[in-house]
Amino acid sequence: MSLLEIQNLNKSFGGLSAVNNFNFCLEKGELVGLIGPNGAGKTTVFNLITGVYKPDKGSILFNEKNVEGLPPYTICARGIARTFQNIRLFNDLSVLDNVKIAAHKDVPYGLLTTILRTPNFFKGEEVIEQQAMQYLEIFKLADKKDELARNLPYGEQRRLEIARALATKPILLILDEPAAGMNPFETKELMEMIEWIRSDFDLSILLIEHDMSLVMGVCERIYVLDYGSIIAEGLPEEIRNNKKVIEAYLGEEVE
Amino acid sequence: MQTYKNNWAKFCGEVLILAALFTLVQYLITTGLLNQYYQINLTSMCINIILSVSLNLINGFTGQLSLGHAGFMAVGAYSSVIFTNMMGQPFIIGLLAACIISALAGFIIGVPTLRLKGDYLAIATLAFGEIIRVILQNIDYVNGPAGILGITKMTTWPWLFGATILTIVVIVNLINSSYGRAIISVREDEIASELMGINTTAYKVLAFVIGAMFAGLAGALYAHFFYIIKPETFNFLKSFDILVMVVLGGLGSTTGAIIAAVFITALTAVLQSFPAIRMILYALILIIVMIYRPQGLMGNKELSRQTFGKIWSGRK
Repeated sequence: MSLLEIQNLNKSFGGLSAVNNFNFCLEKGELVGLIGPNGAGKTTVFNLITGVYKPDKGSILFNEKNVEGLPPYTICARGIARTFQNIRLFNDLSVLDNVKIAAHKDVPYGLLTTILRTPNFFKGEEVIEQQAMQYLEIFKLADKKDELARNLPYGEQRRLEIARALATKPILLILDEPAAGMNPFETKELMEMIEWIRSDFDLSILLIEHDMSLVMGVCERIYVLDYGSIIAEGLPEEIRNNKKVIEAYLGEEVE
Repeated sequence: MQTYKNNWAKFCGEVLILAALFTLVQYLITTGLLNQYYQINLTSMCINIILSVSLNLINGFTGQLSLGHAGFMAVGAYSSVIFTNMMGQPFIIGLLAACIISALAGFIIGVPTLRLKGDYLAIATLAFGEIIRVILQNIDYVNGPAGILGITKMTTWPWLFGATILTIVVIVNLINSSYGRAIISVREDEIASELMGINTTAYKVLAFVIGAMFAGLAGALYAHFFYIIKPETFNFLKSFDILVMVVLGGLGSTTGAIIAAVFITALTAVLQSFPAIRMILYALILIIVMIYRPQGLMGNKELSRQTFGKIWSGRK
């Protein structure tokens, strides 16, 4: 049984059919890429998986359980975490608090403990802080823990977003254009980091990316989406030479 | 373990300071140095602190624009008076009833309206406040528009002090915890917050209920000090007064809310000597503060010992 299995997913906005009979599967431990021209519906697919949108039709099975139509926080609790195409950090909060918030769903103390400030509260806070610091250290953000998220440079904001997503302890990590706005050097660093995260955290990863060097470099399997449907699926080599994919990106050849 | 010891020392220090403050004011009242006029202002100050700190939890920390705070105050005021004056229960029962009933009202109003965002929520809460007022005007049991007269004065300095400290402690402790961070994340980015596993609706309702509860407490204290309550006292202008304090203090700063409540109460008291131009001066001062400090007196910062420490080390 696959970790994530999507069947006949449909979503339309008014008359526009954004996702159309979308079928997809991802095995445990896989690193899969989802590519496609602008407006193909990639982010909509991510929003459907993570519960931001409710699908019109179709099923999403995660860990053998249906998750379609559930609220985002429940889907997060089941083990799917994501980052955003346009970074969505908690801008006016510190770097450390950003990561701590992601750990809230497993908060080790109750509301009454909070208000009475019993020793359990301080112990719990220490645990949360230690865990959050671990993630910051991994992403080389530990010395910036007290800075406001908005004041970080772009690349570090991207890293913080991934750190925050990992702090929810996911089984599946979804990255929406993680390399957007990065220079080739940063992209290369990111590639190494993605591969390392996967092996170190024992994760499955699904990513959307426009940067072909990154997609071809790290993904084991690639799905190509155009006009809301999958037009090709396969190994990076196969996708590179797929006629339909080339047409979708570059247009048809003139006779 | 170091942190526990530090926390303990900090806690003891705070208790000592508060006890000293309490005793000092109590002494001034019993010796008659603090006359009736000052006592009225002191009471208003404490009630305003409770109101602005609790509204700040909803508007400042959770980021939900609520304009119905006076409505919850009315619920608290009337329910406490019903328990004390009309049913002859002790004051503490009246206070507890005020808290519980207004928290319940907060829950009933919060669950459907907190799905709304921004302006729409503001309108819904404004309407709630007006509905409460109109309902009270039409209930004969509480004398309709004439209101309830001759409420026994039971709000004394110990009650006021205790209620104010309780409000501040509960809200500060809540905010500086994982629950507080969850609440603040709703304000920062609701979608991101929900995707990080936070049930945003539940936390909005939680903040709303706690805010409403303390507004009810303030209402009860108000009723048992000022002798009379009538529906008109709790109209939407009262809600705006509280909102002004919160915005003036800085959305998301508890110390800001306290400072603003003290400032506005003192300002109102001082301006009473110029009845003709009172409202003009009041408005002018607010405009000037908003031009020079658009983020409010404190922004979203808190005044703490660390702040004083920084100022001190900056001088050296």
